[in-house]
Amino acid sequence: MKHVPGAMFGATLGTAVGKAVGSREAPVAGALVVVLVVTSVVNPRFLSDQGRFDLMVAIAITGLMAIGQTFVLVMRHVDLSVGSVLGLSAFISASAVKGQPDGSLLTVLILGLAVGLAAGLVNGLLVAALGLPALVVTLGTLYVFQGVQALLTGGTRINADQLPTSVVRFGVSGGLGIPWLMWVCLAAALVGAVFLRTRRTGRDLYAVGSNPPAARLVGIPVVRRTLLAYAVSGAAAGLAGVLFLARFGGVDSNAGLGYELPVVAACVVGGVNILGGSGTVAGALLGAMLLKTMGVSLSALSVPEFWQQAINGLLLIIAITADRFVFLHRARIAREEAIRLRRAIRLAAERELEVSR
Amino acid sequence: MTPLVDVRDVAKAFGGVHALRDASLTLFAGEIHALLGENGAGKSTLLKALAGVHRTDAGEIDIDGAPFEQGSTRRSLEQGVAVIYQEPSLFPDLSLAENVFIGRQPVTGRGSVDWAAMRRNAKALFTQLGVDLDPDRRAQGLSIADQQIVEIAKALSTSARVIVMDEPTAALSAAEAGRLLDVARRLRDGGAAVVFVSHRLDEVFSLCDRLTVMRDGSTVASALVADTTPSQVVRWMVGRELTDLFPKLETTPGDVVLRVEGLTSHGVFDDISFEVHAGEIVALAGLVGSGRSEVVRAIFGIDRYDDGRVEVLGKPLPPADPRAALARGVALVPEDRRQQGLFMPASIVRNTSMVVLGGLSRFGIVGRGRERSVAAEWAQRLRLRHGGLDEPVERLSGGNQQKVVLSKWLATNPRLLVVDEPTRGIDVATKAEVHRLLSEQAGKGLAVLMISSELPEVLGMADCVLVMREGRLTATLTRSEATQERVMLAATGQVSVA
Amino acid sequence: MSRFTWDRAVIVLLVATFAVGAVLDPNFASGSNLGFVIQDIGEIMLIALPMTLLIMTGEIDLSVASTAALAGCVLGWTWRESGSMAVAVVAALATGVVCGSVNGFLVTRLGLGSLAVTIGSLGLYRGLCYALLGDSTVADFPTGWTDLGYSTIPGTSLPYVAPVLVAFAVAFGVLLHLTRTGRWLFAIGQSAEAARFAGIPVARLKFWLFVTTGAVSGLAGIVYDLRFASARPDGALGFELAVIASVLFGGVSIFGGVGTMWGVAGAVLFLGSVRSLLQLRNVPPNALTIVTGGLLLGSVVVPVLAARLQAYREQHASDVPPAAPP
Repeated sequence: MKHVPGAMFGATLGTAVGKAVGSREAPVAGALVVVLVVTSVVNPRFLSDQGRFDLMVAIAITGLMAIGQTFVLVMRHVDLSVGSVLGLSAFISASAVKGQPDGSLLTVLILGLAVGLAAGLVNGLLVAALGLPALVVTLGTLYVFQGVQALLTGGTRINADQLPTSVVRFGVSGGLGIPWLMWVCLAAALVGAVFLRTRRTGRDLYAVGSNPPAARLVGIPVVRRTLLAYAVSGAAAGLAGVLFLARFGGVDSNAGLGYELPVVAACVVGGVNILGGSGTVAGALLGAMLLKTMGVSLSALSVPEFWQQAINGLLLIIAITADRFVFLHRARIAREEAIRLRRAIRLAAERELEVSR
Repeated sequence: MTPLVDVRDVAKAFGGVHALRDASLTLFAGEIHALLGENGAGKSTLLKALAGVHRTDAGEIDIDGAPFEQGSTRRSLEQGVAVIYQEPSLFPDLSLAENVFIGRQPVTGRGSVDWAAMRRNAKALFTQLGVDLDPDRRAQGLSIADQQIVEIAKALSTSARVIVMDEPTAALSAAEAGRLLDVARRLRDGGAAVVFVSHRLDEVFSLCDRLTVMRDGSTVASALVADTTPSQVVRWMVGRELTDLFPKLETTPGDVVLRVEGLTSHGVFDDISFEVHAGEIVALAGLVGSGRSEVVRAIFGIDRYDDGRVEVLGKPLPPADPRAALARGVALVPEDRRQQGLFMPASIVRNTSMVVLGGLSRFGIVGRGRERSVAAEWAQRLRLRHGGLDEPVERLSGGNQQKVVLSKWLATNPRLLVVDEPTRGIDVATKAEVHRLLSEQAGKGLAVLMISSELPEVLGMADCVLVMREGRLTATLTRSEATQERVMLAATGQVSVA
Repeated sequence: MSRFTWDRAVIVLLVATFAVGAVLDPNFASGSNLGFVIQDIGEIMLIALPMTLLIMTGEIDLSVASTAALAGCVLGWTWRESGSMAVAVVAALATGVVCGSVNGFLVTRLGLGSLAVTIGSLGLYRGLCYALLGDSTVADFPTGWTDLGYSTIPGTSLPYVAPVLVAFAVAFGVLLHLTRTGRWLFAIGQSAEAARFAGIPVARLKFWLFVTTGAVSGLAGIVYDLRFASARPDGALGFELAVIASVLFGGVSIFGGVGTMWGVAGAVLFLGSVRSLLQLRNVPPNALTIVTGGLLLGSVVVPVLAARLQAYREQHASDVPPAAPP
C-alpha cells in the first residue's frame, strides 16, 4: 500500500470534518452563525468593533460558568449554587481591594478563585462523601452562600471609584480586538476541553456519569472525581465573579442572583446531557454564545429585551426534545438491525440444515 | 501441576441463610471448567467471592499458590480474576475502545490519552477474539452478545488469568452462543482458566474440560467431562427423588380461562398459541432468554405486542392495558420480586393490599382496619414468618417476600394466576409450601400459568408443559408425555440427556 | 415506641419556635402577627401541597413561580382589557392549567426529564410574563377583591386566605394519606416499575399531578396579586426555591416515596414563623436565607449521618454481619 502523505492527511482531515459536521455541537454553531448573520444584516452596527466587543464581554461570564458546570453535569450531578458563588466571590474580592486605586488585579483574581474553590469543595464533600443528592445540596448552598453574601454586603454597594483602576480597566479593554474577559473564558475553555478530552482523570468523569455503579466496579475513585468536578465548577464561578466585578465596575447584594439557570440552559442547549455521560466544553461554550447572542440580538433588532428569557427557555425545551427524538430513533434502528440479523442467521442455519439432509 | 486457583471448604452465610457450606473448586491454567448446580446451589455466591464482592466466612482461597485477597473488586481484577456477568454493564456513552480501556487508556509521552493506540489495541483484541466490532462506536444499543465480547476484551486487556462467565449464553441466540463458545476456546488456548457457569448441558459437554457440581452450598462432585455423562450430572445436581417435591393434585380441568392465539412481538416471540383451563397448572418451560417472560408480560399488558389475540374467559383482552387484565381477573407474579413485585420500604400490610385498595375503600378512603385484616389473613394462610405486619418487606427472607407477593395477587381473587419463576432463590422448605399453595388454589378452580426454569418443578407441578426456544413454542406436552429428555430437547434443540 | 422521623422533628421545631418567639418578643404571638405570618406564607403553602405529591413520585417542577407570575400577569392584563374580574380570574386559572399541562405532556408523553423540562418552562413562562405586560404593572384591581388578599376576616385576625389554606391542606393531606390514589403515589415513588406491574397508571397520574401543580400555582398567582394589589412580571420571584426547600425540609425525600403532608405544612409554617421572628427582632433578612439553606442541608445530612451511625453501631454490637439477601 502506497503511503501518500498528502492523501492520508486529506483522509484524516476528511474524517475529522465529517465528525465535526455530524456532531451534537454543529447545529448549535450553525444556529449561532445564522443569528449573527441575520442580526448584522438588519442592524449593521451589531457587528461593529464596539458591538463585537460588547457581545464578547456579555458572553464571557456565562461562558466561563458553563464551562465549569459541564464538569458537574457530565457526572450526572448539577451545581445550582454557581450564581451565589459568583456574587460572594465578587464581593469578597472587591472588599479586599476596596479604596485602593493601585490595588492589584492579580490579588483580586486569586481571591475570587479561592472563594470559588472553597465553595466548590463544600458542595463536593456533601455530594461525594455523604452521597447526598446534588440538586438538594446545591439548592441549600445556593441559599447559604446567598445569605452570607447579603450579610456581608449589608445593603451597601461597592462602586467603580472604589475599585482599583487595574480591575476596572480589565473589564473594558482587550487585546487583538478580543476583550480580556473573553480571553479568560477562552483560556478556561481550552484547558477544560483538553482535560476532559485527553486526560484519564477527565475521561473518568464521563464514565461516572454514564454508569455510576459500573464506574465503581472498575475501580474509578468516584468520591475524588466528584470533588474535582465541584471544585472546578466552584472555581469557575469564583473567577466569573471577578469578571463580573470588572465588567459592571461594582457589586451589590444582587450580584449573581438567578445566574444558575441560564448557565444550565446554556450547557444543555450546547449538548451537555443533563443525565450525564456526554457533552463537551466546546458545546457548553457554544450554547452560552448562542443564548447570550440571541439576547443581545434582541436589543439590536429593537425587540424588547425581555423576550430573552422566554427564548432561552424555549430553546432549552427544543434542545432536549430534539435530543430525545434522536435517541429514540437510534434505539429503534438498533433494534430493527438486531431483528434483521437474527432473522438472517436463522434463515442461514435452516438452509444449512436442509442442505445437509 | 499446581492449580491456578484453589478454593477449599469455603462457607458464607447471609443472616440465617447458608449460601455456601463447604464449597471447593480447583482451576488449572488452560482449561474450561464448568460450574453446575441448580438455582440456589451457591454458584453465584462462590463466584462473587472470587470477584471480590463478598468475603467468605471460612475456608481458604489461593491463587498461584499464594492467598487470594478477598473483598475488593479492584483487588480481584488486579490479581487476575475477571467476571463476565450475564447482563454486562458497559458505559453507554463511551466508545467500545474506551469501554475496554477505561481507567487504563494508553497514553502518549506527554500523558494524554492516545486515541489511535487505544483504537488499535481494542481492534486487535476484538480480532483476537474473532469478532468484528467497530472500536469507535458508542456502547449504547449494543446487543448483549456484543456487550459480552467487549467485557471479555476488557478482561483480556487486564491480562486476566481467570475468566468467569456467569450463564453467558442465557440471553443469546444459537449463533451468538456458538460464537461465544469459540471465544471461550481461544481464551483457554491462550492459557487462561475459564469458568463456565451454565444450565445448558449440551454446551457444557461440547465445550468444557472439567466440571464441578454444587448443591445446597456444597461441592458434591468434580470430574473430567470425558469421564461422565449428562444424566449423571443431572443426578448430582438434583440429588433427590422428584417425588420429594409436592406432586400436583389430580383435578378435572374446567372451562378455558386463557386462550392465546398467534401472539407475536417482532424479534421477541413468534406465533404463540395455547390454552389454560380452570383447575389446570400449565408450565412454560425453556431456557432463560427464550422469551417466556416477554410472552407473559404481553398477555398481562405490561408490554405491547404486534400480532395475535388474547382471550380471557371467552372475551378478548385489550392489549397493553394492565388494568383491564386486572379487572378481568388476571394476576401476574413477576420474575423479579425485588424490582417488580414488591415495594421494598413499605410494610407487609401495604404491599399485600396494593392491588385491592379499591375494594377496601369507602367513599374513597381506604379502610385501614379491613386492610390489616386482609393482610393478617393471608399472612396466616401462607404461614408467613415475620416480625410484625408493619415490618418493611425488605427485612423478610426471599421465601417470605415471595409469599407476600403471592398474597398480594391471590387477594385479588383471580381467575388466572400467572407466576414467573415462583420459587427462584427460595429455600427448599418454602419452595414446598409454595407448590402446595399453587396446587391447592388450582384445586379450587384457579387457572395457573407458571414459568419455570427448574425441570423438577416443571415435571412435578404441571398438567401441561409448553416449551419455548428462541421465541417459539417448540413443544406442547401433557403430564404423561413430559420427561426430562423431551423437555430438554425442545428447550435446547439438541439431543442432550442420554 | 416513637421513632425519629423528620416530620415529627419539624412539628417539634415549629412548636419550639412559637415558644421561643413568644418569650423573646411579645408581639410575636399576637393575633395580628400570626395573621401576617399566614398571609406571608400563603402562596408558598398552596404550591407546596401539590409539589409534595409531585416530588413524592420522583418528579419535580421548577416552573411553579413562573406559572404563578404568568397567571398573575394574565389576571392583570385580562382585568385591564375586559373590565371583569370574574373573567380575569378564570383566565388566570386557565393559564395555570395550561402551563401545568405543557409540563405534563413533555414529561409523560415525550419522556423528557422533569428537571430539564421545568428549567426550560421556568424561563419560558417568566419570559411570557414580560411579553404580556412589558415593563408595566397593573395596579388598579378593585378594592373588593384586593381586600380578600390583604385584609383579615372581620372580627378575627385571620386573613381571608387562611380558611383557603386550611381547606387545601386538608384536602391534599387526605388525598395523600387516606385515599387509594395517595397510596399509588407512594408506590410510584418507591418503585415505578413495581407500580406498573401492580396496574397503577403511572403516566396518567403524573400528568395530572403536573396539571394540578400548574392550576394551584395559578391560584397562588391570583392570591399574590390580590395581596400586593398589583400584577407585575417579576412577581413571585424565587418562590420555587422556597417551595422546594419547604417540601424537602418537611421530610419528603427527593427520591420519592417518603414524606407526610403535615410535615410539609409544618415546614412552611416553621419557615414563615422564623422569618417573622427575625423581622421582629430586626435581624437582617439575609440571615433567614442562610437559615433556610442550612435547614435544607441539615434535612438531608442529618438522616444520612444518623443512618451511618446506626449501621456502625449495629455492626460492632453483634458478631454476625448484618443480613443481606443473596
